[in-house]
Amino acid sequence: MTLLHWAILSPFLFAILIPFLYKAFRKIHTGWFVLILPVVLFVYFFRFISLTKNGDTVTETVNWMPSFGIQFTAYVDGLGLLFAMLITGIGALVVLYSIYYLDKAKEQLHNFYVYLLMFMGAMLGVVLSDNLITLYMFWEFTSISSFLLIGYWYQKERSRYGALKSMLITVFGGLSMLGGIILLYLMGGTFSIRELVGMSDQLVTDPLFMGALILILLGAFTKSAQFPFHIWLPDAMEAPTPVSAYLHSATMVKAGIYLVARMSPIFATSGVWIWLVGGIGLFTVFWGSFNAVRQKDLKGILAFSTISQLGMIMSLLGIGGAALHYNQLDENIYMAATLAAVFHLINHATFKGSLFMVAGIVDHETGTRDIRKLGGLMSFMPITFTIAIIGAFSMAGLPPFNGFLSKEMFFTGMINVLSLDIFNFETFGALFPVLAWVGSIFTFVYSMILVFKTFTGKYQPEKLEKKPHEAPIGMLISPIILASLVVIFGFFPNILSDRILAPAVEAIVPSLIADGQTVKTEISFWHGFSPELFMTIGVIAFGVILYLTLSKWEKIYRVLPQRLSLNSLYDGGLRGSERGAYSFMNGHMTGFIRTYLVYIFTFFVGISLFSLWYNDAFSLEMDKMAPIGIYEVAVALLLVVSTVMILFAKSRLTSIILLGATGYTVSLFFVVFRAPDLALTQLVIETVSVALFLLCFYHLPKLSRHEERMRFKLGNALIALGVGVTVTLFAISAYSTKLFDSISEYYIKNVYEEAAGKNMVNVILVDFRGFDTLFEICVLAIASLGIFAMIKLRLTRRDEG
Amino acid sequence: MELLMAIVIGILFTCAVYLMLSKSLLRIIIGTAVLSHGAHLLILTVSSLKKGAPPLLGQHAESYVDPLPQALILTAIVISFGVTAFFLVLAYRAYQELGTDNMDQLRGNEGND
Repeated sequence: MTLLHWAILSPFLFAILIPFLYKAFRKIHTGWFVLILPVVLFVYFFRFISLTKNGDTVTETVNWMPSFGIQFTAYVDGLGLLFAMLITGIGALVVLYSIYYLDKAKEQLHNFYVYLLMFMGAMLGVVLSDNLITLYMFWEFTSISSFLLIGYWYQKERSRYGALKSMLITVFGGLSMLGGIILLYLMGGTFSIRELVGMSDQLVTDPLFMGALILILLGAFTKSAQFPFHIWLPDAMEAPTPVSAYLHSATMVKAGIYLVARMSPIFATSGVWIWLVGGIGLFTVFWGSFNAVRQKDLKGILAFSTISQLGMIMSLLGIGGAALHYNQLDENIYMAATLAAVFHLINHATFKGSLFMVAGIVDHETGTRDIRKLGGLMSFMPITFTIAIIGAFSMAGLPPFNGFLSKEMFFTGMINVLSLDIFNFETFGALFPVLAWVGSIFTFVYSMILVFKTFTGKYQPEKLEKKPHEAPIGMLISPIILASLVVIFGFFPNILSDRILAPAVEAIVPSLIADGQTVKTEISFWHGFSPELFMTIGVIAFGVILYLTLSKWEKIYRVLPQRLSLNSLYDGGLRGSERGAYSFMNGHMTGFIRTYLVYIFTFFVGISLFSLWYNDAFSLEMDKMAPIGIYEVAVALLLVVSTVMILFAKSRLTSIILLGATGYTVSLFFVVFRAPDLALTQLVIETVSVALFLLCFYHLPKLSRHEERMRFKLGNALIALGVGVTVTLFAISAYSTKLFDSISEYYIKNVYEEAAGKNMVNVILVDFRGFDTLFEICVLAIASLGIFAMIKLRLTRRDEG
Repeated sequence: MELLMAIVIGILFTCAVYLMLSKSLLRIIIGTAVLSHGAHLLILTVSSLKKGAPPLLGQHAESYVDPLPQALILTAIVISFGVTAFFLVLAYRAYQELGTDNMDQLRGNEGND
């Protein structure tokens, strides 16, 4: 265990202390203690920048389950470090914000911070693990802690619904990912990501490759809320706002992005990967932004906007994968897409975090998040308004904020698709820039709605629960820091490029980086009158027109009925499978013993006859058989007649006597077949059994004592006949295909010399195979004790009558 | 001879299964008893019914019948007797407590699960 391992595990360890701190220091808000940890971790990870800047990486391994090839390998490179700094940095800001957001008297803070720290540790584990199984373990930890955080106000029905939904969808994806990981292990023989990257050339030709690709992508898409798995994210907005800001905008939803970026060197050599990641990402851009416009809840808008922006990063990573098909690093225009993805990743975390915090402040200070009730808050909350405007303009892609830069780079990446000449991109590739552009227009529209419907327009005090006023300064610190970062990265993007962006890009496309070479990551504000600039101008122009005419075209959202939405598909699917399972169970578990016996016998007949036929096992050999004597035929006839008569007996008494006759005939058979001990035992036992039967018969209840013949039932008869025929066939076939001689020669030879007895059956029972007899005695003892207990033990006596 | 026995055993199994599928608890127990007869004869049959002396060394015969299946059947008879006796007393107690021997009425109520 090195310091790095302790750093990853420290949130888990610290989480153990939280309840004690909460109990011991009731006066102090627990969040203050928690705040220390992410700050320390952020400083710790900050120091790695100087290492990764030069292309160095850090690998530390601790054995966990070495015999399975599962190690806890911590691996820090540019990509992992970028995520680790996002997690700890935004984590610190969110904890600070939550100190003012959550009331220390009303809320169960110990739960909140335990879950939050668990999440932080899990997320650090995901981004810093090299071993896929360890990564998967931390991955599921994020799902669980997210579930707990969404359901934090568990008294609310919507919280529980949202938590369950996110759990089902992300765990579905997580399990798919586990399948993909196992396939990768089968192909490559290792769980280490870096070793798998090293053998990507041979993996791509493996027949399991495509399965692994799809399964891993399922994991990434469900976690990162890509279409059609985005539906859990809007419902996760029932979580407290700090949680939404942290998990559902800045970190957890980017775990899928991280996975795609991390796996790119392995999978991006395949055209399917580029099409799926790029295509689904881009459709998510459009779908998320289109649906964000119709939302009436501030956090609803932000949720769909997160979906859309994540789609944007995803599509850029997909297109960035195309770079692997062009060898030269210089003039490799597809690298720009990867760079844009990493840059937007940071930008999105900054502006989306601040916007969520703004939404939280508005909610906290007015009591509602409904934009129809809000309006004219500008004069009451000037600082919040400023932060909101910076965040929203950056989200819309307006200069001079960082969103502008990444949006320009996004357009560049999408225009570059037009020059792709592989994997049929010549034909449908033209859709990429068009969808991207339309998506950006809607992004502009909802960003404007977010700011202007909330802060300008008519002030409606009668609809608000509280009198609005500016938030306390503590609540404003975090969004102010994030908003300043938005501006700083907007004006000076190059402070990031060499230190953070370049190492991250190098980690995503390692095979293209020769020794000593670095990626060119200069981000320039002004790059001439390029098509991107005209696209941005078009976005602004159309966006303004659409925003101003919003009330006229809003009707198109009613064209698609609610019933056809993906949410009702999910709800219906869940209800349907519950009902299906219930009716399936009700359908075949009837509670009648007859039904179950029918299943058992039918299965027995079916599987036996099938295997007899399939293995061609039936054979009939006449010459080994013993001759038939007249006496045997007579006894056989007697046995058959007495047995069949049981079926036709009207009274129970008759059937019991017939059963007795059957038993005695069987003992006659034993006499015929030279088995004196059997005959003796059979006679005695048959007598006792018949006596017992008569006892039962005597105690039949009076009510149902009217006696009737068994009614003929064709179904029962067919099943019974099937069983009989099967057993007959088996008996003949087993007799005709004897593979070995009996071992009884030994018993016959040694019964006197070794065991000093002349009755072979008895010597076998008590000497050669005495253990059978011992436990048979046990069976009798248990049966008699059981009978005794049943008769004597009357714990509940029913009322008679 | 074995062919004839196989057919007889088949008829025993047919009757036993038909009885076990009926509604009356007593008939089900009769069915299990018939089934065990069939099983015992089956063990004896598939181990061949060659003629020979009973498995007693004092007979000084050329050949004896196979003693092993007889020992197995003896064990099986005793065990099936134990189980049948238990089952019968269980049925007897069920009559006493529940007042019926109809399996359909012994189904229990919906919602008891």
